[in-house]
Amino acid sequence: MEDVEMDVASPEVMLTFYNRIYPFQSIFNWLNQGHTPTKRFTHREFAFTLQNDVYLRYNSFATYEDLKKQVCQYNPSRFEIGPVYSLRPRDRKTARPGAMVPLERELVFDIDMTDYDSIRTCCSGADICKRCWGFIAAAVHVIDDAIRKQFGYNHLLWVYSGRRGIHLWISDKEALELTDDQRKAIVGWLTVVRAEKSEMAKKTEIHTPLKELPPLLKTALEHLKYTFNDLILEDQDPFSSDEGFEHLLRLITDSGLAARLRDQRKAGSTSKELWLIILKATEGTRILQAMREDIIFHYTYPRLDAEVSKHRNHLLKAPFCVHPKTGRVCVPIDPIQVDDFDPAEVPTVNQLMKEINTANTSTESSSLPDWHKTALRPYIDMLDKHVQGIMDDAKRSKGTDLSW
Amino acid sequence: MFNARDRRSFKTEDAGDSKPESQKLNFYDRPPRHDVTLEEFEICALNRLRILAEIESSLARNRSWEEMKTQTTQQCKNYLPLDTEEDRKQDHVSHYVLRLAFCRSEDLRRRFIKAEGILFRTRFDEVLKADREQLLDSQRLHWLKVEETEKQNHRNELYSLYPPIKPEDVRNTSFNRDTYYKVRWTRVPDLIEKRKVFLSGGWAYVPGREQSSIIFQEFEDRLARALELTARSLPRLDEDSRLVPILDNLSNGFVAGVSSEWSSSTEGKNGEITAEMVDHHARNDFPMCMRTLHEQLRKDHHLKHFGRLQYGLFLKVLGLPIEESIVFWRKSFDRITDDKFNKEYKYNIRHSFGLEGKRANYPAKSCQQILSPGPSEHGCPYRHYSPENLQTALLANYSSQGLTSADLPEVVALVKSGHFHVACTRVFEITHASCGIKKGDGVGGFESVTHPNQYAARSIELRKGDIKKEGT
Repeated sequence: MEDVEMDVASPEVMLTFYNRIYPFQSIFNWLNQGHTPTKRFTHREFAFTLQNDVYLRYNSFATYEDLKKQVCQYNPSRFEIGPVYSLRPRDRKTARPGAMVPLERELVFDIDMTDYDSIRTCCSGADICKRCWGFIAAAVHVIDDAIRKQFGYNHLLWVYSGRRGIHLWISDKEALELTDDQRKAIVGWLTVVRAEKSEMAKKTEIHTPLKELPPLLKTALEHLKYTFNDLILEDQDPFSSDEGFEHLLRLITDSGLAARLRDQRKAGSTSKELWLIILKATEGTRILQAMREDIIFHYTYPRLDAEVSKHRNHLLKAPFCVHPKTGRVCVPIDPIQVDDFDPAEVPTVNQLMKEINTANTSTESSSLPDWHKTALRPYIDMLDKHVQGIMDDAKRSKGTDLSW
Repeated sequence: MFNARDRRSFKTEDAGDSKPESQKLNFYDRPPRHDVTLEEFEICALNRLRILAEIESSLARNRSWEEMKTQTTQQCKNYLPLDTEEDRKQDHVSHYVLRLAFCRSEDLRRRFIKAEGILFRTRFDEVLKADREQLLDSQRLHWLKVEETEKQNHRNELYSLYPPIKPEDVRNTSFNRDTYYKVRWTRVPDLIEKRKVFLSGGWAYVPGREQSSIIFQEFEDRLARALELTARSLPRLDEDSRLVPILDNLSNGFVAGVSSEWSSSTEGKNGEITAEMVDHHARNDFPMCMRTLHEQLRKDHHLKHFGRLQYGLFLKVLGLPIEESIVFWRKSFDRITDDKFNKEYKYNIRHSFGLEGKRANYPAKSCQQILSPGPSEHGCPYRHYSPENLQTALLANYSSQGLTSADLPEVVALVKSGHFHVACTRVFEITHASCGIKKGDGVGGFESVTHPNQYAARSIELRKGDIKKEGT
């Protein structure tokens, strides 16, 4: 863990990475949704963060070769992808004011571990370990399921953010065209636990006493019950500390039960033991049961960074960038295998350098691109497969357009 | 009148459809196709503007939906009825005229959409069910009816979102009777955001009773899109130089509340006002703009040209006859010689009464004219004073009539949000509380102040009634 944090790449390494490994073509295909450059690529904003923290916005490129050239020239520590505008972002100064408006943009979500700081016990702040990845994994399951089943979108790309979070990019046509209002609506639909920025942690109140749980949450609850048991009670064990216990008490609306918990709590009480008390006490009455379910949601339901998703013109770090602090590459993640994902095992840029160096000294065929010989290969294949799905879909809808 | 491209695209669409005038509710998706005289163009737009401005001030005053509805319905009866085909044609034309006037800026568009949306909602609530269904049939809203088997498949989910009605079996039968529709979720973002509907595969399952909210959303969305299109093609409109001034006038009117027709109609009725009475009325019945002028006149024993013009015309319409007017001004300008007065001022006074020069009967300036920036240094105090000065002036002028410092924040808030005429109306209501005026009554018939003379005349009328009541 400590080691990885130190694995920061030097500018020379970054340059080699962009030059020889970064999958510009796959990224192009993914954004452009076809092989010939369209507005989806040429009118797209790219923003660069240079090594000296200078931030350059409103870049746009005609082809992915242009993009690569510019990236190699600037050698940025990372770069971000923005929306497709009504004109080429780099031409914005020649147009009349107000003419440049965002038209399309993948629907994006950002889940960040910092929003979980008040409930995780293993790490805090920027740190992440295999144990707290459980929160992210639970979030991925819920969001992935909701987006696919409820909203009917198919082209979801989950990307590890390089340190403590995960991004989701949705490339379905309808998702690309959503207005800011619609994006706000979808965030509202998915948000249950409001992010706690301050100490004044707001209570999660999902249930209204008279109404049943909405269907969306009912399905989520089925899954989260298990997560709660494994991740919270078994692994994180947050209620055993005084602080975590107080946090729990704040969620308990029934003063009698809160007092009983205080009484029965001994020095070594584990979360599991305390939860058993709650389970017994809440059996039977509907209001208490609702409160119990609220607690489960509070500890396990995805906490979205809403601002990222709400606006089309929000920039988000491109996949396969290198996180400047950890040196890890932002690789795509298969949502089905998200439980087994270990952030510590993600290839770092220095590690990739070693791999291409050893591969090139051995006598293997050199006709293959460099990334083929590295640990990044399965991830790039994953993106290519994802892109293929998008393109097939695009072709199909084009076909129907022609027949019309 | 409307650009050719629009017309063409609509033509292909309406083949075989009924004319929009044949139904009471109109989505305004097709422009009017008949000839309109210039006068009609302006008059029906003014009538509609009156209603929209009233809706705006209702919003600014936080009126409840019910209050607003009653009031808007009342106003619609007076200015924009929908009973005959001719009425509906007027309604149709007026909507399109105002579109032209209000598409020019983001702010105007937003306000127009809001006000039109409320007008549509009010009418939707008021008309018969048949009219509503007629509208729904005529719009291709792309609603898929959810078949009974599909409804049963999702029964649990749908039922859990059904509103709680007691007892349970009533809720059950009501649920069974309700028809569900499927729409793309992107069409009902507000329902999605609040998790009010069942969602599957991107389709929102909306119960029949939520239909109206979708229609309102649709109405506003379509209007927003149409306004942007109109704005883009507006530069091609200036081929007709007769329309642009009218449109300018209309959009200014919206800013000032409404361009009022309140003019000399009351002239002569109150002919009994004399020069001596002006002081009394100024203290009791004048809106702040006129009080300010009056005070300045008393303080300086003089008023500059535009001040004289504004105040003089106001007094004329209030019912001060020409002889009295000359007496009033002569007395007020008591530091100048008779000779100077006769030479330099008398002519102007007579001129304003239409007795000199081109002998035009000049109307008094309306709020709109006073509000819009011009050569006059005597504008609307609500608009031109700083908040601090305004508060001091309000207390100084009106504290004897029941305005307390507790009322100030409300008035100032209205001013800050740009609703100057509403602020003035509110002051009227506060200072006439003793005459039985309640918050929201406005200057009669829920109307806001749109003309200083309207304010003053209503005030005089109210106070007179008061004295009579006390007498009996």
